[in-house]
Amino acid sequence: MRRLFGNISTGVYLAAMLGFIYLPVVILVLFSFQRGMLPVPPFEGPSLEWYERAFSNPRLMAALGNSVIVALSSSFAATLLGFLAAYSLARRPPRYAGSVRFLLMAPITVSYLIIALGLLVVFNMVGMSKSLLAVGIGHTIINLPLCFAIIYSQFGDHHRNMDQAAHDLGAGDLQVIWRIAIPIMRPAIFAAFCLAATLSWDEFIIALLLSRFDVTLPVMIFELLRAGLSPEVNAAGTIVFAISMSTVAVAAIAMLLWRGGKR
Amino acid sequence: MNDVLVELKNITKRYGPVTAVENINLSIRRGEFLVLLGPSGSGKTTILSILGGFTVPTEGTVLIDGKDVTQMPPAQRPTVTVFQDYALFPHMTVAQNVAFGLEMRGVKRADRLRLVEQALATVGLAGYGARRIHELSGGQRQRVALARAIVVEPAVLLLDEPLGALDLKIRQQMQDELVRLQKTLHATFVHVTHDQEEAMSIADNVVLVNGGKIEDYGPPERVYLRPATLFAATFMGDSNILAGRVVSAGAGTLRVDTPIGQLALAGQAEAGSEVHISIRPEKIRVGSASTDRAANDGGGHSESVVLGEGEVIELVFQGTHRRCRLRAGPGGATDILARVPLDLDIAVGSRAVLGTRIGDLVLLRN
Repeated sequence: MRRLFGNISTGVYLAAMLGFIYLPVVILVLFSFQRGMLPVPPFEGPSLEWYERAFSNPRLMAALGNSVIVALSSSFAATLLGFLAAYSLARRPPRYAGSVRFLLMAPITVSYLIIALGLLVVFNMVGMSKSLLAVGIGHTIINLPLCFAIIYSQFGDHHRNMDQAAHDLGAGDLQVIWRIAIPIMRPAIFAAFCLAATLSWDEFIIALLLSRFDVTLPVMIFELLRAGLSPEVNAAGTIVFAISMSTVAVAAIAMLLWRGGKR
Repeated sequence: MNDVLVELKNITKRYGPVTAVENINLSIRRGEFLVLLGPSGSGKTTILSILGGFTVPTEGTVLIDGKDVTQMPPAQRPTVTVFQDYALFPHMTVAQNVAFGLEMRGVKRADRLRLVEQALATVGLAGYGARRIHELSGGQRQRVALARAIVVEPAVLLLDEPLGALDLKIRQQMQDELVRLQKTLHATFVHVTHDQEEAMSIADNVVLVNGGKIEDYGPPERVYLRPATLFAATFMGDSNILAGRVVSAGAGTLRVDTPIGQLALAGQAEAGSEVHISIRPEKIRVGSASTDRAANDGGGHSESVVLGEGEVIELVFQGTHRRCRLRAGPGGATDILARVPLDLDIAVGSRAVLGTRIGDLVLLRN
């Protein structure tokens, strides 16, 4: 009896928690299929007309393209820099490795708003205008600590021997990195890249403050919202959400396959 | 007659205040199977690492083939190390692993394929080239690591406890194969282990390392039968150690007072000095008190010595023999360990006469 009660209360609690987390997203997605002008109840039946509108909106599509470019290039830069930092700290720790690690990780605690403001000031000083490049640099900065942490955590001592064995057999530093370290660290590198890409894809504050004419998708959605609620905004939001989720799913599946491949 | 391939001269390695190895001098002959033996933390792995180029000594010189390689990185040395965990590349096939060193040396693809197949055949893995590393057993991985090392024909092959991770049975099989491999390739092997039985069964020469210093060096039989130091006597198998004081010394013969009485033996020491004497358990003869088998039967080094009487306090069946512990000396001053044949008529509580030969009393250096 008590067990049944326990099960029921656990179930209710779980449902409430999941509802709290997912209900807003479910509502957003649901009303992107609204037949009618307003994304508010009642739901008047499924329709793809707002998706058609969204996909034929050149500004929205340009913003989507911008977002893809920024996400891919800034994650590539963050992953590359994070990998190199992790490799050197794991393999040839410099004198003050602990402090270097701390300095690399510290930006994770700084708010995006502060980073964006700081970058604005710096770009202004060096005469660089607001642009997608500026946004990309901002995203590289916020994602570098994460990429570093993920990759660094996966460097183990048994990898050290592989590097040494490769050196011993005549490989130079670059050959060891390219032939041994990167292939062995592939799952961590890929995970870091995917996480960085989704974070950049969703990022709003830095993108808003550092861009002017070419904007990313979240900024474009924000601008559309200022014109008023419309199921088209829901459709655009659903596209953002769907692409984030697919990236995470691809990453998760790839990790499972790699893990299954070993042992 | 330049058959010295590797020379370590006055090698010292310090890590901050810690001295890992101190003033090591060692020559390795071409075609020798040398084993660095010692407990963990003794510095044996540091010596191997200095040979391989992974560690630069604080002081001293490493010569290979007469050339000073002390500062030379591993890639340029004519050495290859087989790591304890094999350090195989998990993302490559067996053949790609073995081919790696050849590829780095710029060997052409066709030659590479031939040499890889040859090396795999040498270690008994012909036809395994396409396998992935994770599909192999521990013993097979060990063979791949060996193939990857020998395929580049190093002047010296360095093995860092390569058999440590294997089951006893495979380990013994691999010991034999290592020796066979080394003899067929006429290669020079330096092998690190903490297992004294492994060392004795594979080594041409054993270097016994303890506390960063060389305790003893020589063929395994010599090191086992006539250990140079107290550490050598206790680390290599069981030993009876008698502490004593030299009462007289002269003409290469010492008389030493021990807990089981005064013993005469060959050796050099000052009168009045404290020494240790080692006797291997299998060199002790045990006779029942009535039929004294430890009687005098000749002269010189084979001359028998009576070590007095003892009371059997422990008798353990060990298959081919029994391990017998006796309380010996006046007032049961010391325990003596002996091996007795299964058919000897003794039992716990019975008294026996102990004997050995003068030549089996070994004076240990402190």
